[in-house]
Amino acid sequence: MSILVNSETKLVVQGITGREGSFHALRCKNYGTNVVAGVTPGQGGNTFEDTVPIFDTVEEAVSETGANTSLVFVPPAFAIEAISESIDAGIGTIACITEGVPILDSLKIYNYLQGKSSILVGPNCPGMISPTSNCKVGIMPASIHMPGRIGVVSRSGTLTYEAVGQLTKLGIGQSTCVGIGGDPITGTSFIDILDMFEKDDETDAVVLIGEIGGTKEQEAAEYIKSNFHKPIFGLVVGASAPKGKRMGHAGAIITGKSARAAEKIKALYSAGVEVISTTSHIGSTVKDSLNL
Amino acid sequence: MNIHEYQAKKLFENYSIPIPEGLVAATPQEATKIAAKYDFKVVVKAQVHAGGRGKAGGVKLLSSSNEIESFSSSLLGSNLVTAQTGKTGVPVNNVLVEKMYDIQREIYLAIVLDAFSKSIICVASEFGGVNIEEVAEQYPDKILTVHADPILGLQPYKLRLLAKKLNINSDLIRPFTALISNLYKLFCDKDCSMVEINPLVITHDNQLIALDAKINFDDDSLFRHKDLFDMRDKDQEDKRETRASESSINYVKLDGNVGCLVNGAGLAMATMDVISEGGATPANFLDIGGGADEDKVAEAMKIICSDPDVNKIFVNLFGGILRCDVAARGIVQASKETNIPPIVVRMLGTNADEGSQILLESSLDVKLIDNLDDARKEFSNS
Repeated sequence: MSILVNSETKLVVQGITGREGSFHALRCKNYGTNVVAGVTPGQGGNTFEDTVPIFDTVEEAVSETGANTSLVFVPPAFAIEAISESIDAGIGTIACITEGVPILDSLKIYNYLQGKSSILVGPNCPGMISPTSNCKVGIMPASIHMPGRIGVVSRSGTLTYEAVGQLTKLGIGQSTCVGIGGDPITGTSFIDILDMFEKDDETDAVVLIGEIGGTKEQEAAEYIKSNFHKPIFGLVVGASAPKGKRMGHAGAIITGKSARAAEKIKALYSAGVEVISTTSHIGSTVKDSLNL
Repeated sequence: MNIHEYQAKKLFENYSIPIPEGLVAATPQEATKIAAKYDFKVVVKAQVHAGGRGKAGGVKLLSSSNEIESFSSSLLGSNLVTAQTGKTGVPVNNVLVEKMYDIQREIYLAIVLDAFSKSIICVASEFGGVNIEEVAEQYPDKILTVHADPILGLQPYKLRLLAKKLNINSDLIRPFTALISNLYKLFCDKDCSMVEINPLVITHDNQLIALDAKINFDDDSLFRHKDLFDMRDKDQEDKRETRASESSINYVKLDGNVGCLVNGAGLAMATMDVISEGGATPANFLDIGGGADEDKVAEAMKIICSDPDVNKIFVNLFGGILRCDVAARGIVQASKETNIPPIVVRMLGTNADEGSQILLESSLDVKLIDNLDDARKEFSNS
């Protein structure tokens, strides 16, 4: 069984009638994801693409369709509400794609999640995909993926696609690919995802992609040292970024020494992670090291 | 978003945080007039969105009308270059003229969001008035932190404990804790990403005063703070960065000469790294964002080309939501309005072949590559 998403995933898309929501809901569905419901307040009773029922509330979507996973596309101002609505409706896995959620809202949601059983991936993330179970809960281009046994976890969207593209080109398939999001505060950390990969018998090795800003990679390194037992490869981008400038992602800003790429690479290396020297070598490093 | 010190102090005043007496001036005459109220014993501070003003000569203690007039006129209308600005510096359109105080001691105080502990924290140090990052490296035990609880906030008893650790006298404990509580309220009310007072001073007559004030706001929250938006000073921003932000393009000006057009922040950073590994230097960070249309790509290209330092461009796109053919049309569209230097193009994903074909058939000087190793070679000698 892959992590986070699998053949048992029943997806509700929050914001399904919006431009982004409808575009991606359809692509998830076409890939094979079991899209069971959509939620747009005021549009309850309608259907999406003539087949997917739309509800006014997540709670109705859950009770009517058994939805267990949600994909959030609402505008930033409504993210806090959409996520908490899913948590309260008992949704197990929530992926929030929305970019630009105020950081204090993310902090509130993070605190609200504590002690609850829901898992939040994001915000500001591409979501997750499991090629082995043909299930996509996110915005990544499906065609670049292939089923296999490598897990991918990253703070970035397109850089994850780059990694996956290189792996697939070399015939190396993926079990699950997860983007945890580019914001300073996200629902799940590298550690949460690594822990799932560690326990997942369909994942043999993991590619972790970090970037400048914050200490998420150092935290991951601490965890890996004593808790992670599978081969793991790490890339950290942003070595050429200047100090104090936000590089697109709200979290990608060098504020102090530990936020630098070199410090993160050092931490990962000393935790036993095989460091990928440059972005173009993601696929080849995995291939050579694992003799694939 | 950053604001000026004088604007931050205005906000402090609204939150009952004690600030020095003084006013902002736009001309040397105004500055002198303000200084007269304090018998010409004042501090004149250049108002720019950059740290390191003191070392760069943007802040001076003065004591005569002539000094104030000449220092103000040397600053006003000029560009101040500090360690944190580029080589051209940032324009000084205002100076802040403040009464001089007799200072007993200086303290560092800030409220920030700490992503590691997932909480808002108050950071304080008995070493105020100096570069706090250097203090953190040399004397980590001199950096004190107090965590705000998500429900209880920053309880005053925690701040009283902080005051004790900072050796603040009992008679100042109440004003000190009130000051931090107000600062915390300001931080939360206005969605700040940082509020910093460096230094917070205790004067000889035992007053607490925020001698400096720095506030950064979370850009993502500005939609609910229209009032703050009025404080934005576009003169302090890089012109291209401002222009890019108006089209929701993430652009950051850098020092090199290879322009970058990329989709996605992570890939954009990786692209900059690859160029640097080759030996060249990137002229910019640019993330075109998801789902860009032709016009947006054209605008991004025009912004890159408006930088006179750019003599080569690397277009690195991984099509997903963004279609490579759409991006290619955008680039061709831009070429009708601006001169585009030689471009190295790598397109992958959605409609990559169509996109590459469009560029090859255009009049642009295009070199197609398909992996980043080739990119590194391309930029090994530019």
